[in-house]
Amino acid sequence: MLPRDLKPEQFRAYPPEARKLAVNNLRTLQQLPLSFLPNLLSEVIELDYKFPVERQRISKEMAMLGSLTPAQMQEWFGSFRDLSLSIKLEHFDWLDQPAQFVEQLSAHLWSTHQLDAFRQAAKEYGNRLQAAVAPDQPVISRLGIAIIGQGLDAYDGQLFRDLREHGTFFSHIKPENGIQQLMKGVAARAQAHPVPYAHWYVEGGQAVEHAPMLTHVSYQALEPKRIALLNKMQAEIKRPGMGPEELRTILAALQPADIGFDSQKDLVLNRFQLKLLTEGSGTQVFSTTFVQWTAREALRRAQPLTLLVRFGPRQRQRPMNELLANIDGHSEPDLVGSLVDADMGAYYNWINQQRLPGAEYSSFIAWFEGSSRAVALGPPFARGATSSATATLEELASWAVG
Amino acid sequence: MIVKEPSIGDASSSCLRQATYGLSCSRRDFLRSAAGMVLGGASPFLYAGSARTRKVIVVTFGGGARDQETFAPAGQENIPHLLKELIPQASFFTQVVNRGILGHYVATASLATGVYETLNNFSSVPPEHPTVFEYFRKDLKRPPKDAWVVAPSNGFSRIGESESRRYGPGWGAQVILPKHLLLAAMSGGTIDYEHLLRDNYETPLFAPQLGGSEFEFQQMETILKLSVGDFRSHAKTLSSPDELSVYVVQQLMQQQAPSLIWVTMHDIDVAHTGAYSLYVESVRRTDRLCAELWRIVQNNPEYAGNTTMVILPDFGRDSDEEAGGNGFQHHRTGDPSSRTTWMMALGAGVREGMIYDHPVQSTDLVPTLGSMMGFQASIAQGRPIQELF
Repeated sequence: MLPRDLKPEQFRAYPPEARKLAVNNLRTLQQLPLSFLPNLLSEVIELDYKFPVERQRISKEMAMLGSLTPAQMQEWFGSFRDLSLSIKLEHFDWLDQPAQFVEQLSAHLWSTHQLDAFRQAAKEYGNRLQAAVAPDQPVISRLGIAIIGQGLDAYDGQLFRDLREHGTFFSHIKPENGIQQLMKGVAARAQAHPVPYAHWYVEGGQAVEHAPMLTHVSYQALEPKRIALLNKMQAEIKRPGMGPEELRTILAALQPADIGFDSQKDLVLNRFQLKLLTEGSGTQVFSTTFVQWTAREALRRAQPLTLLVRFGPRQRQRPMNELLANIDGHSEPDLVGSLVDADMGAYYNWINQQRLPGAEYSSFIAWFEGSSRAVALGPPFARGATSSATATLEELASWAVG
Repeated sequence: MIVKEPSIGDASSSCLRQATYGLSCSRRDFLRSAAGMVLGGASPFLYAGSARTRKVIVVTFGGGARDQETFAPAGQENIPHLLKELIPQASFFTQVVNRGILGHYVATASLATGVYETLNNFSSVPPEHPTVFEYFRKDLKRPPKDAWVVAPSNGFSRIGESESRRYGPGWGAQVILPKHLLLAAMSGGTIDYEHLLRDNYETPLFAPQLGGSEFEFQQMETILKLSVGDFRSHAKTLSSPDELSVYVVQQLMQQQAPSLIWVTMHDIDVAHTGAYSLYVESVRRTDRLCAELWRIVQNNPEYAGNTTMVILPDFGRDSDEEAGGNGFQHHRTGDPSSRTTWMMALGAGVREGMIYDHPVQSTDLVPTLGSMMGFQASIAQGRPIQELF
């Protein structure tokens, strides 16, 4: 089937909001090339479980596409139409399985050496879209916080190497009650600007007390779901003929209830957490990876105004000789390795935050928990500087948000 | 529209060229200042004696290492052996571009055929085009024991021989999968060792459906001259699969002394788990193992003085700045950081301390090996590196 053949009744498998949006914009969808449309539909089909910011963005994108003249349509999508697709792709059920189609399309583009052309077309589309639909600026400047080193008393190595050149390194932070002070500041922002899914607390280790209005995701709290997912994966892997691609398809079809999420609770957050575990590589087994990926996805999708991320210790990767000796040490934490992971994770959090609207006003703090070392980035802080000023975390956070 | 992988990026052809040139310049400038190397214009190769006695070892520094963790200023602490021991003896190519599919098996197959292969990265299928091993053995009429591949287990079992009719079956390399030897050596007890085979880090929980067999026992006892007990005991002293691979290569060199050995390192691909510390630790281990392998060459009379070793990553990894990726974790965006790497050649016939700055492609390796060893890579897309011959 090709996009021009689309009919309203074919969207019956879509959830209500998604179906409504698709049917209302059917004429637009019919005009889009197959190399593009399933990508858009992979967003549309999830609309009922999207964060408010995402819903708004997709609706605006759809409205903008509907406003294009035929000449503009050709201009916007000519490069996509130039891509050569296979008959197999045309026959794929891209309407009901758009995400799986995108995976197949990706493989096709790689193998036919059309990847660069697709990337260029996608880049041009993104630029046009951004120019046509200006993103909303945040109601307050964003604040990102990364707390690293949970469980580690001391570390002599260099920290925040990548972040320091973009901000000020503080060497005399007063660590006492630091987490509580930061949490208090985050809660105050959430209270002052009570926007759904705008203020997050992501925890990789032992959760601390936090305000109930925060969107909270915890690696430890997800343990039963992680175990259920791992068991499902193991069972699938043992099936004859199973390969990595087949496994990905099966994981993509899982519903939150399949691994124990309460279907009466927040459907959007449930879905988000399921995807963290089924789409993220390493998120099922390493807490540091889970936290970094959660922050990345929260920033990309929910675009929070406040994101406090606390990395926890991940389990140690056992060397081969230990595996051979069958020494039981699986759950033993790797504290120093986790700190190194988290240090890089904090840098990625900042990069991802800076991709969002309002980046020029955003601030970011990374702190080695319990220590006097922190780095702060944003308009109030000089780049590449070091400060020996004595300050509490509360003061640092207040400077960050002006 | 959120573009899944492949994703919105900035790698138009001209951007790619500019970015790869930038990466190459930083490597070149560093090596010139730190290692006292000379920017080369002439051939990096000297007369190396008879091609008949020449031995070549290809090591893929894999899977997937970025400049940030290797040749960039912040990464140099991770490769002390390359920098201090090997590069001063080497000719170094600063700009090796891989324009193919960035999956480890398919990319390694492309390296080995000189053609950008399009096979399914996750399937155990042979390359479509003739491999370097087939060119080498058929053109030079070499026996089966003269060409070997030592590789991580999943998928790589078919890399030794293509499905090309022009070369036909029986002209390929023999393949040793050290972890399969290990599984065979460990089987029979009460402990489940299958988790050891989980080396496909792109899907970390996936284990290949292969097991130890009579063939593995035969390889251990007949080819490597190792008893199961000795192999098992030694394996228990090693910390990673790549260490096991180097041990197997050492045994292979001692017992069979093949002329063409291809070693595929894979520990670095642990990066797919997202743990940066494990990725960096693996880069350091691979750096150490490359130097160890070169010491093994120097200490083996069959190899010392007549061996050329070529080291190159199969490809890089995504840059931190590429919005469609997640930095070091994957190699999915096809951005310049993931496509651009380096190559060094050292040993017999190689000029020491030279830097070559012009772009070469991954597919140039096989024709270059052909020029070194005296065979014609007739179907390869790549070309012998111009300055060489």
